[in-house]
Amino acid sequence: MQLPEAQLRPLLAGYEATVRARRWHTLLIFAAIVVALGLSSISAEVSPALLVDKIGNFTSYIGRLFHLESGAAVWTDPVEWYWGLGRWLRLLGETLLMAYVGTALGAIGAFFLAFLAAANVAPNRWLRIAVRRFCELCRTVPQLVFALIFVIAFGLGPVSGVLALAVHCVGALGKLFAELVENIDLKPVEGVSSTGAPWHVAMRFGALPQVLSGFVSYTLLRFEINVREAAVIGFVGAGGIGMDLLEAIRKFYYSDVSAMLVLIVITVSLIDTLTSMLRHRLIGLADRH
Amino acid sequence: MSIRPPLDIDALRSRHPQHFQGCGRDRVMALGVVAAAIALLLVGMAGLGFFDSKMLQGASKLWEVVGHLLPPDPGSWSHVRLYASALVETVAISLLGTLSAALLAMPLGLLAARNVVAARVLRLLTRRSLDMIRSVDILVWALIWINVVGLGPFAGALAIMTSDIGSFGKLFSEAIEAADRRPVEGVVAAGGSRLLGVRFGILPEVFPVLASQVLYYFESNTRSATIIGIVGAGGIGLHLAEAIRVLELQQVSFIIAMILITVVLIDFTSNQLRFALIGRKGRVA
Repeated sequence: MQLPEAQLRPLLAGYEATVRARRWHTLLIFAAIVVALGLSSISAEVSPALLVDKIGNFTSYIGRLFHLESGAAVWTDPVEWYWGLGRWLRLLGETLLMAYVGTALGAIGAFFLAFLAAANVAPNRWLRIAVRRFCELCRTVPQLVFALIFVIAFGLGPVSGVLALAVHCVGALGKLFAELVENIDLKPVEGVSSTGAPWHVAMRFGALPQVLSGFVSYTLLRFEINVREAAVIGFVGAGGIGMDLLEAIRKFYYSDVSAMLVLIVITVSLIDTLTSMLRHRLIGLADRH
Repeated sequence: MSIRPPLDIDALRSRHPQHFQGCGRDRVMALGVVAAAIALLLVGMAGLGFFDSKMLQGASKLWEVVGHLLPPDPGSWSHVRLYASALVETVAISLLGTLSAALLAMPLGLLAARNVVAARVLRLLTRRSLDMIRSVDILVWALIWINVVGLGPFAGALAIMTSDIGSFGKLFSEAIEAADRRPVEGVVAAGGSRLLGVRFGILPEVFPVLASQVLYYFESNTRSATIIGIVGAGGIGLHLAEAIRVLELQQVSFIIAMILITVVLIDFTSNQLRFALIGRKGRVA
């Protein structure tokens, strides 16, 4: 059935107007994005010509990563490819240890700060704000910057890397832990407080049992992230396999680069699988109780 | 108030024996795990050199360093101008990298989505290569691109682009898989091709989600862009690393303050834009 022309025309006109307005809107957004892109490509010295010119280098670089000095593909001679396996595994172990110690120290720090930073249980408003700002500072300043500063004080080596990981971890976990504490049921805390218990006892028996499994789960997640970070924090001389990786990249030891990258990728995905298994068990346990 | 009768501990013990046992099996196991974790922590700290004599020296030196960091001071106005332009460059790197990654990741996200591409092999292949890209750190990508196009911000933008294609591809494909199937069926039933089904059935639904993810990454890439400068890929990181190496610590804290302010500003604006896109309640995981 068709509407009469007289009725149809205003309806169609209205539809057209709406569509046109929306098209204009979209066009405006696109224009803004294009202008922003243009300005930023001037600032970032983008040159498509250079990219087209050099893109062959990229593919050949990736290709050379998987070829030995002799020109053979790496998988034809794994012994030659992994000539430094002992040293790399030791460095990888150091990297994992750095991630573990950094995460553990950070989690311990964040554990104590979280109760001071949570809006619902914090003993003091000004202390809470100070702790919050401190956590923000710790997680906004990039880890590598902390590592560079610690290298000045403690010299080259894993200690600087661990401290940088720990400081960043305090910031990141402090925020997440505080949010967990803010979401607890306050009745147990009131119950413990009403018996005359001091603040720390109320936290221990009222709040902690509710948040502990969440704390552990976030810490495991952070450990996963820190393993990745620890692998590259060596780029500024702060220990782990990153130092060797940077040297290999800078000095064009192609097959070494790919060997170490493959080792790192395998380790990271192993750790990911392990921690996610642990976390799922933990969450399962928490649900059962 | 009534006086409480004296507690009869023995009666309580016989009624609730479980509360009077010393330690349950779960508790012993939990304590064991904690003890093992602490032991590993101490052994690890000893192994990495935390208990060496030079730690004390280092701590006092760190105190000195922190003292030299404050107050922030750029040194001269020309430094401020230099740092400001480098900061603009950093934001530009981040914007370019994020947007180009989003454009390139869009087709990949479609290829990796179960409800768009029926061919299993193609989908799995796309997914695995996205995983591979993601598992290489952005700093490594930056170094590789520096080898290809030379030192400078262009390498930084390319590094952010490469590393984000991996993340966006995964996020986009997940968003597309979560989309409602019925609009596509509607389009196909009305005689549209599969491509038209994607265009009018899926894209309008997932676009706000994708856009908000892109904005979120823009925010976090601004932080990454300061990092990749440290290995020579342009932006403020270069000046930051330089200032740290020559121990101009007051300039270091000035640059850090500038970065913090910029990051907060970008956080704020991109949050506003995101809320405008998806509504204040619609949180995107």
